[in-house]
Amino acid sequence: MDSFLLEALVNGILLGGVFALPALGLNLVFGVVDVVWLCYAELVMVGMYAVWFLYTQAGWPLWMAFAACLPVVSLLGLLLHLFVVRPLLAAPPINQVLATGGVLFLLQGAMTLIFRTDFRSLGVDMPPMEVGEIFVSGTKLAAFCAALVGAALLWAFLKFTYVGTAIRAIARDREVMPLMGVDPQRIYLIASAVGGALAGLAACLLVVQLDVHPFVGLSFGPITFMICVMGGLGNMLGGFLAAFIMGIIVSVGGFWGTTEFSYVVAFAFFIVTIFARPRGLFAR
Amino acid sequence: MRYVIPLLLALACVPLLSPPDYFLHLGVTVLLTAVAGTGWAMMGRYGLVSFGHGAFLGIGAYTMALLWNMAGLTPWVGIPIAVTLAALAGVLLGYPCFRLKVVGHYFALVTLAAGEIVRILIVALRDHTGGSLGMTPDRVPPDQGLLAMQFDKSGFWWLALLAWAIGLLAWWLLDRSMASKALAAISEDEDAAASIGIRVTREKLRVTLISTALAALAGALMAQYRMYLNPESLAGLGISLQIVFGAIAGGMYAPLGPTVGAIITIGLEEVLRIAFGTEFTGGAPFIYGILLVLFMIYLPRGIVGIVERKRRSAAAPLGLPVAAK
Repeated sequence: MDSFLLEALVNGILLGGVFALPALGLNLVFGVVDVVWLCYAELVMVGMYAVWFLYTQAGWPLWMAFAACLPVVSLLGLLLHLFVVRPLLAAPPINQVLATGGVLFLLQGAMTLIFRTDFRSLGVDMPPMEVGEIFVSGTKLAAFCAALVGAALLWAFLKFTYVGTAIRAIARDREVMPLMGVDPQRIYLIASAVGGALAGLAACLLVVQLDVHPFVGLSFGPITFMICVMGGLGNMLGGFLAAFIMGIIVSVGGFWGTTEFSYVVAFAFFIVTIFARPRGLFAR
Repeated sequence: MRYVIPLLLALACVPLLSPPDYFLHLGVTVLLTAVAGTGWAMMGRYGLVSFGHGAFLGIGAYTMALLWNMAGLTPWVGIPIAVTLAALAGVLLGYPCFRLKVVGHYFALVTLAAGEIVRILIVALRDHTGGSLGMTPDRVPPDQGLLAMQFDKSGFWWLALLAWAIGLLAWWLLDRSMASKALAAISEDEDAAASIGIRVTREKLRVTLISTALAALAGALMAQYRMYLNPESLAGLGISLQIVFGAIAGGMYAPLGPTVGAIITIGLEEVLRIAFGTEFTGGAPFIYGILLVLFMIYLPRGIVGIVERKRRSAAAPLGLPVAAK
């Protein structure tokens, strides 16, 4: 195989790893609370600003900035649930989506007010590594590994803890679980906090690769939604796999054409997928 | 609707009073935003929530501008072509969606993807469209302005008013037709509607056609009025959500709702701009956001919706309001 194509393929897989985290978080929240957080990418954006601010302005070490980012975004997820989603739990789904769309504007506006529209860069970079014939960006590889660890931790949490079991149960049947003594409101809160923490982790991985500005969410938000829908909304494994499919399409498409066309191909692929499998690629 | 015709006549006389240019500018912007919102609400109120109406604004505007700049075709011909093309695109996207029962969240996200595709295509075709930097339609000397649809503000006031009237007329005709009842039934329960002989796909396609055509008309006129096009303000998620917000804030179940919404959104933007200047960039979306959340929680039927409900409950205390879906 052509080594440049191979490089594009490897980059696609690495990119997929980064897409996977927000896709997992979004799917977790949708699966449990049954609400699409349209502002998910903006939560990630706030997390990116948090890391940037703590590292370059407050002078914290990078690992501490990363460690602080998770609880900050997790708290945001909680607040989002308490003040926006909870009052709308009984409302038609589209009202819920539009309300979180309002939060999208709110967060973009707030960050513009505080940090202006300048592009902020963390200025951290790791040297590229040479593996066989191809070069792999060190930052991307590190981000990929961190994403896999995050996904594994989430899996272990859902699989082996009592709360995790309750979360999976309520995602499967939200009528019966309250009868079994599970308080759905509490589970919603936990899922929102975990979903926020995943956005925080995604922010840590993205802030080393992208410059932060208030509209950065629009550059990866739409593709995250498409990944979730492609994998089947609420289907965590499906979303995880779809992230890699999209990553490879974007990266290999960029190898043959311009980056923009690779996104057009990816989005068109998404639309065709929905027509072919309206409930997601991996729906049973 | 009784009060709409006198209102139209009154508004048509406004430029004769030679008001300040700034007032006319606000009026034209509000009217064109209202046309886009009216178009969106025609689908939105039947549960066909599109997050990609920006795409149709963009298709309308860029088709018209490219025809003018590259082929010298006047917008008078270019706009009908652009509107047709956008409506065609709407049907092309809508047909498989409706056929294959892509509804609810899935429909919203498919339209979101379509809107992004149009935005990225505009950026990618930068050799012709100017990419993110935008493009300007070629100007003509003032004496040829009529042919090239390049007027002063009062000319555009009448044009925008005409477009707004077309939007309201479309709404009124739809409301009076059986199609409106059929669509209401479909939004309640698609299978039940199909079982009583409603052609679900055809009804949805028809309303999509009208809705996207209105959006394209608004987009083309906005571009021609500003004499500037860029992908962020005419396609993509940002503008699509703004259209949705305007329609929801005003009330998407009443004919004048989206217009009230446009007055609120444009008014809010202007007030914030005048009060705080550029110091407060980001203030407008911040307040939009809060309002959108509050509207969804406390006033999901919008401002006009509240007024209408009050009036209806006064007239017929036992009448049930139409379920907000």
